[in-house]
Amino acid sequence: MSTLFDFTLALGDDALIAAQRLGEWTSRAPEMEEDIALANIALDQLGAARLLLTYAGELEGAGRDEDALAFLRDDREFRNCLLVELPNGDFAVTMAKLFFLSACQLPLYTALAGCADERLAAIGAKARKESAYHLDHASLWVKRLGDGTEESHRRMQAAVDEVWPYLHELFAADPAAPVDPATLRAGFDAAVSAVLDEATLARPADGWMPGGGRDGVHTEHLSYLLAEMQVLHRAHPGARW
Amino acid sequence: MSERSERTDRLSVSDPSPLWEVFVRARRGLSHTHVGSLHAPDAELALRNARDLYTRRQEGVSIWVVPAGAITASSPDEKDAFFDPAADKVYRHPTFYEVPDGVAHL
Repeated sequence: MSTLFDFTLALGDDALIAAQRLGEWTSRAPEMEEDIALANIALDQLGAARLLLTYAGELEGAGRDEDALAFLRDDREFRNCLLVELPNGDFAVTMAKLFFLSACQLPLYTALAGCADERLAAIGAKARKESAYHLDHASLWVKRLGDGTEESHRRMQAAVDEVWPYLHELFAADPAAPVDPATLRAGFDAAVSAVLDEATLARPADGWMPGGGRDGVHTEHLSYLLAEMQVLHRAHPGARW
Repeated sequence: MSERSERTDRLSVSDPSPLWEVFVRARRGLSHTHVGSLHAPDAELALRNARDLYTRRQEGVSIWVVPAGAITASSPDEKDAFFDPAADKVYRHPTFYEVPDGVAHL
C-alpha cells in the first residue's frame, strides 16, 4: 500500500467482504439468537464499509461513489485481505475468522480514532465500539467451542489451524499509512493467545504465509462471491428502489 | 495448552442451549420488567443475545438473565387461595387501623 486512498480502500474492502460472507449465514445459523447476532455483526461491518468506501471514492477524485466501488470492480481491483474472502466453513471456521478479523480491526480502528486524518479518525471512533462487540462475541464462542465437547474442541482447533496462515497479511508493514499495521502485531498476539489459552486451544506455529490480497491477487473464492454480490447491480445499472 | 476444564455446569451435553428468561430495565425505567425468553449455552451468551434481541444495544439499560429452570411460579390451580384476600379477617386489612391525626404520608 502506498497512498491514503489505497489504505482506506483496503480497510473498506475488508469490511465489505466480511459483511457479505457473514450475510450468507442469515437464516442458517445454529440457533435463532445466533442468527440475529451474526446479522447484526454483518450490518456493522457493512456500515463501516460504506463509510470507508465513500471516503475512498472522495480521495480518488474519479467520481466513484460507494456503490461504484462495491459493485463495479472485479476481483483484481479488490484490496481486501484473503482472510475475509475464505468460505464460511462450519460454525467454528466462521468464528475463527471473525475472532482474528475483529482482534485486528479493534486496535486498528482504536489507533485510527487518534490519527491526524479527521475523516478516518471519525470512522475509527464509530467502528471501534462495534469491533469491541464483535471481538467479545467471537471470543466467547472460541472459548465455548474450544473448551466444550470433544467434537467442538476438535472442530475449533481445526478452524484455528486453517485460518492462522492468513493472519500475517493483515500486519504487513505500511510505514506511510496513518496507522502502520505492523505496530499492532504484538498486541494482537497477546490478546489472541489469552483467548486460545482459555479455550484450551494450541496456538499454531507460523509456517506458510499466503498474501496478495492487498495487490488484488486473490484466492479462487473471491470472484464467485463478487458474482453473487454484484449480479443485481450489474444487471440493472443505476437502479433505485 | 492448558488442561480441559470440566464445564458440566456451563455446557451440558443433554441440553447445550437451555432456556433463559430476560428482564430489562430501560434507561429511565424504575424496575426490571420481564420482556421474553431466549436460548443460550450459558449466562454470558444469554446476556449478549438478550442485548441483541430485546434492547437493540441502547446505552444505559440493565439486563438480568435467569435460567428458566431457576424460576418457581405460582400454580394457576391455586389462584383463589393464593391471591384472594380472606375478606373475613378484617384485622389483616389496612383499613382496620385508625390512622392517628398528624401522621402524614402513611
